[in-house]
Amino acid sequence: MQYSGFKVFLEGLRGNKGWTPAWREPDPKSEYDVIIIGAGGHGLSTAYYLTKVFGVKNVAVLEKGWLGSGNIGRNTTIIRSNYMLPGNELFYEFSLKLWEGLEQDFNYNAMISQRSILNLFHSDSQRDVFVRRANAMILAGADAELADEEQLRRELPFLDFYNARFPIKGGLYQRRGGTVRHDAVAWGYARGADRNGVDIIQNCEVTGFHIENGICKGVQTIKGAIGGKKVAVCVAGSSGRVMAMAGMRLPIESHVLQAFVSEGLKPTLPGVITFGAGHFYVSQSDKGGLVFGGDLDGYNSYAQRGNLPVVEDVAEGGMAIMPMIGRARLLRSWGGIMDMSMDGSPFIDKTDIKGLYFNGGWCYGGFKATPASGYCYAHLLAKDEPHPVATEMRLDRFKRGHLIDEKGQGNQPNLH
Amino acid sequence: MIINHPLLGPRDASEFVYLGDESLINRPDPNSEDADDRFYEYGYLRDNPAGDLRELWYHEQGDRSWLVVTRNTLTHEITSVEMARDVAKAKGRDK
Repeated sequence: MQYSGFKVFLEGLRGNKGWTPAWREPDPKSEYDVIIIGAGGHGLSTAYYLTKVFGVKNVAVLEKGWLGSGNIGRNTTIIRSNYMLPGNELFYEFSLKLWEGLEQDFNYNAMISQRSILNLFHSDSQRDVFVRRANAMILAGADAELADEEQLRRELPFLDFYNARFPIKGGLYQRRGGTVRHDAVAWGYARGADRNGVDIIQNCEVTGFHIENGICKGVQTIKGAIGGKKVAVCVAGSSGRVMAMAGMRLPIESHVLQAFVSEGLKPTLPGVITFGAGHFYVSQSDKGGLVFGGDLDGYNSYAQRGNLPVVEDVAEGGMAIMPMIGRARLLRSWGGIMDMSMDGSPFIDKTDIKGLYFNGGWCYGGFKATPASGYCYAHLLAKDEPHPVATEMRLDRFKRGHLIDEKGQGNQPNLH
Repeated sequence: MIINHPLLGPRDASEFVYLGDESLINRPDPNSEDADDRFYEYGYLRDNPAGDLRELWYHEQGDRSWLVVTRNTLTHEITSVEMARDVAKAKGRDK
């Protein structure tokens, strides 16, 4: 069924009796060409592009819980491409371009809103760093714009320009950045993949891999063995657990990241704003709640909840740039499990086991990457060679010394 | 989280800095033949278990000792705290 404004109007007249489920709930077949493990944003977009762009038929997506039950529904919904290193920036700009045409492409309203993202800077040296990053962005075909203090005072008068410790000297705008209705991304990709014939099998936990002589031939699940010519793992925070079943250790640690929503307010924030001297970022959802977050809790965790010291730290960051939010009451907070890699950048790669592919290590930047991650993973699965914008996202890059370390923090995952 | 320091008693986790897996104590021998591979594994690969994990915490806002904390990554429950020094000595290290 094609969704459209006319369809909504027509169904309104007919008592909304013509709507059908957005996807089927099929039983698994015994054999697939490609099995994708994980029906989150990345897994579903991989299935969507695999069938739509690369013409692969006979694809299944296996999901332990219900589709979209992981980080695709637990993030702060920001899209942007303001990276610096070539290994990242070309990829994220490709992703942002896919976001721009996504709703028409998969015929689903994902409420994509390019309301801009602003990174504040607080010192002369930080401005120099941001100018360098802006130039790198422009060279990669993205947009970047430097705003001085006077412009920000005009546009965002509520910022604390009088902060003695961290005075706001200006900011780096990416006007094409913004926010998306995150659950709708999972639903839109699921519906699109289902319409292309992909079997999305929920409540089907993978319990092991069928590996013979270094070749992966399928998976064991709680619904029985399923054969697959190619098996594509795409499970974010659970990467370590799943790949351990294939006997692999990864350059990844799982950490918990918290996020917060305030009570609903009248329109206050025009776009996404980030603090340059601490770790705090905030936007306002269409429902009116301020959506914000900050640092990782900092210790390995598979619990989808964090602890109070980080709540305090995030609140302090918010108060330092935007004292007015001290009046807003906190409505909810939650945690998600981040697959933190050793250099803060992700992997889309084959493994040493033939037929087994890995996508993970997204740290806390996975949401914005959803379309490009799926597209590049599908490219790798269909053609057995990396997509041109994802050639550096290899699992062996640490061994070769070719790290993609945006922050220059080294192999300490909780600092990325 | 409260970490029960063997010398100082219960202390808030925010006084500590987290390093990671306890195996980071076992620095490979740089003179061994396969030192390249072993340092790659030491520096970059992790077990990342869901369940009990022995990990290194540094008491930066306290007595600046290194601790080995056994903590469940699914529940955050801490079951034992040892001085990293004692753990290293038990493994045959001189300090």
